[in-house]
Amino acid sequence: MSDVAERVKKIVVEHLGVDPEKVVDEANFIEDLGADSLDTVELVMAFEEEFGVEIPDDAAETIVKVGDAVKFLSKTA
Amino acid sequence: MFDLTGRKALVTGATGGLGGAIARTLYAQGAHVALSGTRVEALEALAAELGERAVVAPCNLSDKDSVEALVPAAEEKLGGLDILVNNAGVTRDNLFMRLKDDDWDAVIAVNLTAAFRLSRAAVKSMMRRRYGRIISIGSVVGTMGNPGQGNYAASKAGLIGMSKALAAEVASRSITVNVVAPGFIESPMTEGLTDKQREAILSDVPMGRLGSGGDIAAAVLYLASNEAAYVTGQTLHVNGGMAMI
Repeated sequence: MSDVAERVKKIVVEHLGVDPEKVVDEANFIEDLGADSLDTVELVMAFEEEFGVEIPDDAAETIVKVGDAVKFLSKTA
Repeated sequence: MFDLTGRKALVTGATGGLGGAIARTLYAQGAHVALSGTRVEALEALAAELGERAVVAPCNLSDKDSVEALVPAAEEKLGGLDILVNNAGVTRDNLFMRLKDDDWDAVIAVNLTAAFRLSRAAVKSMMRRRYGRIISIGSVVGTMGNPGQGNYAASKAGLIGMSKALAAEVASRSITVNVVAPGFIESPMTEGLTDKQREAILSDVPMGRLGSGGDIAAAVLYLASNEAAYVTGQTLHVNGGMAMI
């Protein structure tokens, strides 16, 4: 697993309080991990902080699964 | 009760009668307070009067860039932000048929749009900290209407709807969003009234007196306190009984 993926998954586990085994690339934040819409905003803010990048709103809207976040942050961070 | 030691507050319109009373009250309860307004000298005088926990954060609320910069500036000076008081407001009264687009836009921009932008910025760091108090100063006019104040009444009613929507969104993060709606308050404007005008106004107020800045500040303090943690999306009317809603 890449370093980015590990950091992303750590944030998701901490923030949503979910079982690390459930945090796989295909996991949808809302449908599979029980996040609400506010959680998704907070996750984006947490990613921005961890990786020191700014995630524009239109990009944030495309981040719906764990793998989406890993892919986006691997490109930009 | 109502101890704000260590809390960080931003008050807009802090050089006005109401804003000054609110800033003094929050400060007296131990808060660090950022004073915002357009008149830098008056802000600095108030900060000097209050003491070392007060800082100055000038802002022109009718200018978008100036508004966007205010919350980050206050957060930097205070080291965070726990309490936002959207107090600043302007009037441009005229009969509805004579109300110019400019009069409408100017009042909505300062009273409502600036409060929206400041709240949007403030709630971001409040979410992280799982704590926050957003208090907007409305008006009895926002609920009752008032001839000659179509723009002002709309802006104050708008604050109520906005606050309820935001309150519902962020309640799970222990952030509360409320409105304090004053009635007739002693101010430089009401000092200019004739005895006859004053009598006419007071005939509508069961309490038989105008409100003071302190009456409003006490309501703001309550909503800003830990004790009001379960109160959100509310409008607290402070009007001597002139409107019982």
